[in-house]
Amino acid sequence: MDMYYVQGILILAGINLLTVLGLSLLTGFTGLFSFGHAGFMAIGAYMTTMMTVKLGLPFIPALLVGGLSAALISLIIGRFTLNLKGDYFCIATLGFGEAIRLILDNIQYFGGSRGWAGIPLYTSFWNVIIIDIVAIIVMVFIINSRHGRNMKAIREEELASQIVGINVFRYKMISLGISALYAGVAGGMLAHYLGYLQPLMFQMVKSTELTIIVIFGGLGSITGSVIGAILLTALPEILRDFYQWRLVIYGLAVIAIMIGRPRGLMGGKELNFRFIKKLLKKEKEVNI
Amino acid sequence: MSDMLTLKNVTKKFGGLTAVGGVDFTIKKGEIFGLIGPNGAGKTTIFNLITGIYGLTEGDVLFEGKSITGLKPFQIANTGITRTFQNIRLFKNLTTYENVLIACHKSASYGLLDSVFRTKKFKNEERLLAKKAGELMELMGLTQNKNMLASNLPYGLQRRLEIARALALNPKLILLDEPAAGMNPEETLRLMELIREIRDKLDVTVLVIEHHMDLIMGVCDKIFVLNFGLPLAEGSPKEIQDDKNVIEAYLGKEEE
Repeated sequence: MDMYYVQGILILAGINLLTVLGLSLLTGFTGLFSFGHAGFMAIGAYMTTMMTVKLGLPFIPALLVGGLSAALISLIIGRFTLNLKGDYFCIATLGFGEAIRLILDNIQYFGGSRGWAGIPLYTSFWNVIIIDIVAIIVMVFIINSRHGRNMKAIREEELASQIVGINVFRYKMISLGISALYAGVAGGMLAHYLGYLQPLMFQMVKSTELTIIVIFGGLGSITGSVIGAILLTALPEILRDFYQWRLVIYGLAVIAIMIGRPRGLMGGKELNFRFIKKLLKKEKEVNI
Repeated sequence: MSDMLTLKNVTKKFGGLTAVGGVDFTIKKGEIFGLIGPNGAGKTTIFNLITGIYGLTEGDVLFEGKSITGLKPFQIANTGITRTFQNIRLFKNLTTYENVLIACHKSASYGLLDSVFRTKKFKNEERLLAKKAGELMELMGLTQNKNMLASNLPYGLQRRLEIARALALNPKLILLDEPAAGMNPEETLRLMELIREIRDKLDVTVLVIEHHMDLIMGVCDKIFVLNFGLPLAEGSPKEIQDDKNVIEAYLGKEEE
């Protein structure tokens, strides 16, 4: 294995990680399941590419535009579907994801179903890492604030959240918007890593994969999502030598986790600074 | 004393069934007001109507003289009415502390960006929230169980936590739905003290549904009796105890 190959896997893991982080906020912390996040990635990917290729914008502002457009569209969808009770939102996202793919199939400006080649390769190992770190910090800060706590309250008990004065609809919108923003930026990075875009890349399988990673890592755990994203992106690559079997093994790994740890790898717990601080403090006491 | 909550001809129909019909009563500021009636009389429905979980079919609900009919539950909560539930609804997988802390959220005003950039405002207000949550847990005797998951608390403490969570909103009126359900006599006595304490110390008006007559007769200033969704009697505990209709509704008619 050469470095270039390992780096490539890490970049893909980093991009997946970004989407998974956003989805984790929506699914793990707010309790809303989405099967259309590949759609938000697609919007981000195509918008970012349009900005860099057609309008000549630098990479970072283009990524922001991509992310914000995904967020904006998510809010329009949320406006109409987040009032629905139960699983209807989930079904709506499923429909949305497929609709976006089909629309992109038919926009010749973006290359239609033939795809869009010749996208400049701006995504590098280092900017993936930096964006991921910033994204993780921002997410942790949001979750450990009254806004994040309100989302958790909605996940736990919607009616009681209303009774303590939480505007449930508004917080669901915020959560959806942020998660779509993350997915959009990730989509833009994916486009500028592969140098090629095709609507087929954003099928429902992709959305399902993302949701599986969140559940695998553990609902309501950022560390779980991070570990899950890295493991489950790398796993199929590590198994490339047994390529006929790799999806079987992937499936078995997910099943094994769900049986062994039904709440996911981390199961709502975090490996965080407080934990590390505690360890450090203990050491200090010993030193004294 | 000024009027806190006024129900005017409050009626709720589910299809052809009148769950609550033509209920009128007024709760004065600082009162402990009891709402009693046999099972299925519509007491919890009245709570759901006041807190906006159900819409009214007819009538009007006034809070401090202003109509709150048609407001969403969270808006009603923010005007100063909060409640507990008969079937406890805590944030089960969160700790006692988090449950109270979440409910304190209206005491802070920092926005999303404040939390992303950890501004001074964020830090100050978070400190304030933590302090407030701590005080509430102290008041309700929950400090020892601070880091316990709500679902693991003993039943009596879960009820207390629900009250603590409700008080975190700084309500003017608190609705307690069978707070003593499942409590032993000793716990019930402590709860009675607590209800008085809430009224006296925190200046909160209380509306309570309860089947424990000792509690109702012991703490309430005024009692309203409901039977089959219709008003049956209203008055002081003494008056209610002697009311023929009430005795009949609870114990049945004397044979002639």
